[in-house]
Amino acid sequence: MSATPSATDPSALEDLQESLSSAILRAQDEAGLEEVRIAALGKKGSVSELLKSLGGMSPDERKVMGPAINGLRDAVQGLLSHRRAALKSAALEARLATERVDVTLPVRDAAAETGRVHPIAQVTEELVAIFADMGFSVAEGPDIEDDFHNFTALNFPAGHPAREMHDTFFLPPGADGERKVLRTHTSPVQVRTMQAKKPPIRVICPGRTYRCDSDQTHTPMFHQVEGLVIDKGAHLGHLKWVLEEFCKSFFEVEGVKMRFRPSFFPFTEPSMEVDIQCDRSRPGEIRFGEGSDWLEILGCGMVHPNVLRNCGIDPDEYQGFAWGMGIDRIAMLKYGMSDLRAFFEADVRWLSHYGFRPLDFPTLAGGLSA
Amino acid sequence: MKFTYSWLKDHLEPTASFDQIVERLSLIGLEVEGVEDKAKQLAPFVVGEVLTAEKHPNADKLRVCTVSIGKGDPIQVVCGAPNARAGLKTVFAAPGTVIPATGTELKIGKIRDVESRGMLCSAREMGLSEEHDGILELPEDAPVGAPFAQVIGLDDPVIEIAVTPNRADCLGVSGVARDLAAAGLGELMAPRVKPVEGTFPAPLKVTLEFGETSPLCPAFALRVVKGVKNGPSPQWLQDRLRAIGLRPINALVDVTNFMTFDRNRPLHVFDLKKVTGNLVVRRAKGGETLLALDGKTYTLDESMCVIADDKGVESLAGIMGGEDSGCDESTTDVVVESALWDAINIAQTGRKLGINSDARFRFERGVDPAFTVPGLDLATHLVLELCGGEPSEMVLAGTVPDTARTIAFPLTEVKRLTGLEASEDEIRGVLDRLGFAVSGAAPVLEVVPPSWRGDIEGKADLVEEVVRILGLERVPSTELPRGADARKAVLTTLQLRSRKARRSLAARGMVEAVTWSFVSKEAARLFGGGADALALSNPIASDLSDMRPSLLPGLIKAAGANAARGAGDVALFEVGQVFLGDGPGDQRQAASGIRRGTAKPSGGGRHWAGNAAAVDAFDAKADALAALAACGAPVANLQVTTDAPGWYHPGRSGTLRLGSNAVAHFGEIHPAVLEALDVTGPLVAFEIVLDKIPEPKAKATRVKPNLDLSPFQAVKRDFAFLVGRDVAAADILKAAQGADKKLVTGVGVFDLYEGKGIDPDKKSVAVEVTLQPRERTLTDKEIEEVAGRIVAEVAKKTGATLRA
Repeated sequence: MSATPSATDPSALEDLQESLSSAILRAQDEAGLEEVRIAALGKKGSVSELLKSLGGMSPDERKVMGPAINGLRDAVQGLLSHRRAALKSAALEARLATERVDVTLPVRDAAAETGRVHPIAQVTEELVAIFADMGFSVAEGPDIEDDFHNFTALNFPAGHPAREMHDTFFLPPGADGERKVLRTHTSPVQVRTMQAKKPPIRVICPGRTYRCDSDQTHTPMFHQVEGLVIDKGAHLGHLKWVLEEFCKSFFEVEGVKMRFRPSFFPFTEPSMEVDIQCDRSRPGEIRFGEGSDWLEILGCGMVHPNVLRNCGIDPDEYQGFAWGMGIDRIAMLKYGMSDLRAFFEADVRWLSHYGFRPLDFPTLAGGLSA
Repeated sequence: MKFTYSWLKDHLEPTASFDQIVERLSLIGLEVEGVEDKAKQLAPFVVGEVLTAEKHPNADKLRVCTVSIGKGDPIQVVCGAPNARAGLKTVFAAPGTVIPATGTELKIGKIRDVESRGMLCSAREMGLSEEHDGILELPEDAPVGAPFAQVIGLDDPVIEIAVTPNRADCLGVSGVARDLAAAGLGELMAPRVKPVEGTFPAPLKVTLEFGETSPLCPAFALRVVKGVKNGPSPQWLQDRLRAIGLRPINALVDVTNFMTFDRNRPLHVFDLKKVTGNLVVRRAKGGETLLALDGKTYTLDESMCVIADDKGVESLAGIMGGEDSGCDESTTDVVVESALWDAINIAQTGRKLGINSDARFRFERGVDPAFTVPGLDLATHLVLELCGGEPSEMVLAGTVPDTARTIAFPLTEVKRLTGLEASEDEIRGVLDRLGFAVSGAAPVLEVVPPSWRGDIEGKADLVEEVVRILGLERVPSTELPRGADARKAVLTTLQLRSRKARRSLAARGMVEAVTWSFVSKEAARLFGGGADALALSNPIASDLSDMRPSLLPGLIKAAGANAARGAGDVALFEVGQVFLGDGPGDQRQAASGIRRGTAKPSGGGRHWAGNAAAVDAFDAKADALAALAACGAPVANLQVTTDAPGWYHPGRSGTLRLGSNAVAHFGEIHPAVLEALDVTGPLVAFEIVLDKIPEPKAKATRVKPNLDLSPFQAVKRDFAFLVGRDVAAADILKAAQGADKKLVTGVGVFDLYEGKGIDPDKKSVAVEVTLQPRERTLTDKEIEEVAGRIVAEVAKKTGATLRA
């Protein structure tokens, strides 16, 4: 540091400013800069000493030197803050230059991306979305049923071949000698609904069903959904319309031709099986709503008067229709799984591939599978 | 049910094409399962005549033949069949033909240096039978060059239809023809059966003996034909039976099979000489046996109906005849039986003995009672025609029931149930053509169903007849109004909870499985089930025998199976039913999950930023709490107790409860349970019973509670408590919270330490407490005062001291 210049020598002030300025520029870090600041503006710093000397000057001298010394101080302060900012920015630059991560490293998958909803649950929610929009609620019932609800109330006469075709699982006879069964269809839920509720009734009944049968297209446990409408004047034409609306919504196509064929179920009269239009000309792919093939997808009919009577409903006052289909089967048709057994094997490879992301809620507004 | 087109034409004079008939069959409820047209498949095969057959110069077993097919030059064919000889009419296939048995295309080739330009064929090569004794030998008058299928009578398409259980009448070709005629595809030809004039009294009697038990045979008719000459049936009959997959046996037996398929009238024939004494229809005596026509011996019981003579059982009524009294080529006197049987009894007997015969199939579905005697007459005519002989008078035991019943049928019923507009003429026309007797006048007709339609009970059945024949395509699709409930929430609380549990668990990285509702008995027992009442009487496999008491055994087994496939870090869950008992109220809806290996909620496996640790009880606890929260359970009020069921690790598991209501369990699975299920750990699990979550309170408004923010700074204070190792952290937190319920708004554990530096019986629990003043900023003195109360309260409740 240069010695304190003569207080009245303007050229000495210039020299001091020059020397401080170069010291400021030479400072390589904030600590060095601080030293310069103390040497200039500290209690005994060179500029501070000059400022102190103002007090001993004559008014005329002070008039000249006052502004000069204050000007020197302001200039030094400006230089200091400028340099400080430059040094700070350089230090940040230097730090950033050393801070690097390899952004191509993989991150962990989000849980919501790896979790899956089973296709049966997803398709069931799709069904609920479609039918809730038509005013249907969802009815459920027990998997272990009694003979009355699974067969008798549904107009299966004892010993009738139709009853034997059901490959029923039985539980041991109870104290009353009656054997419970695993429901062979979800129709007992219709019975329970009709017993519990007064018409008008509009429900769908999705659920697990059981038959002792096993091969590539049959598993001892599978899923069905049935629909039931009981009302004055609900007729076969309405059934047709409901099923057409369902097929269009579910398969997400503009239109789909349907073919109704007479069939037989003990609990409906008339009874029908329904085929839908499809195109199977592309290998391994099936498209609905186009082509000239037919594919059977469901059974349906007008609820048999005996069933209505068994449930306490007068068949001359109320009438209605019902339909039923395999949830697993329509899931396979829509999403292209080929083997029913894989649904129940809990193989995470299959579940991850065919399952649905947890935030993919089926909605009609968004398109069911959008 | 199979039949040929020509067979159908015995009963129907078609006015529509074959293809139209096939299409319409499905649309009137007789679903066509297949059409087999052998004439198309066998088109390349023609009749060839072997002109010369010389020994092959280079092979002893081969012959070099020249074959004429009626046009062009004779064709040289090398043939290995021993019966290839000059003058034989046989089947020739030209090069380019695909041989059905092998699927290969025939080419011109050299066999041992001799050129062969085609093939002489055996029945096996054409896929017609398994016989391969040599090339086919056709009749001498077979026209050379003619299509083989035509010559042998295979130019007759075979139609197979699926007949629903209610339509027994269509288990005979005549019934199918009637439906087609009703639908307007042709004229029904149904000549009356001429009664047979017996020329002598039947030499045996029949009695129905059921004593006090319920009778199993309403009517039994028989007739004897003496002096028959039994032998092979004529070609037309053999062809028909073969075409539908039956083996011709002899004329008498073939007649019964023909009647079965032509008229849905199963019959039986006995050789009179092999019958001892008279016939009696009765229940079998326990332990009686019968060597049946299928060559098997059946042991019978008293629930079964038999036809017996003085020797013993000769026939299992309505199901299968006995070998001992059967007809063969030596039969000269035959007893023809036409009877009615109890349908349910036939079904039960057939099921018990495991016999599926064409007769059983028809009797259990219902034959036409009124055709019992005409059926016997028709069969007798056929026997006389094919085998000659003299018919006896008929013997009839019992009575043919009168099935006539009148159904009042309002014409409006068709529109009421189907929406279809059909005129009275149309409705009457359909019923009339189907054989219903219609009387009365609009608006309500009186309808008597024909005797062959036992399935018709009421007016709904008549509606079905009308719409299926007029055509379901005529029923107009009619919009169903949306109804009053369309804007209402339709899901129950439990249904909503199942959905929310499912989505929340999947969002935690878990994969939803659907496992069997049944597990092995051992697995059921391990999880508190296995009661006899929940064991299937007829399980499909021993590991699928008992209704599951928990979702866990299925999920744990699945984790093991995935691990065996190389996916050891799996997080699986299921939302589904568990069974506490067999009553309708004993089913619960559970949401349960497992995590194995390192399948943490934050991700499993190795990772550059830090490998995932093994799953632990807290992962399962977090899963359970997340699902419970999603389901709207009051999670803040849940208590954690250490009394999880025995399938959990006793020291690393807990129960989440609301008072006495245990809504969930979580923790490590007991090592012994894992071992029993043959799955290795680490494996943690949780189980929630969704039904146990209390119903939400009905809310009058959707408005959320007012947000109450304090303008004053919250203060955090840390406390390190030394407590006994058995003290529950929850008790410390509860005590700290309780020290000042207004001021303490948050408590948390931020450190846990056991080991060096502290008493081995103690642990250090570091707690952060948040104090939130509401009226003014707290002074240091006030904070100290509250801190003192917190320490005192925790000390009082848990014996804790502040760590120095």
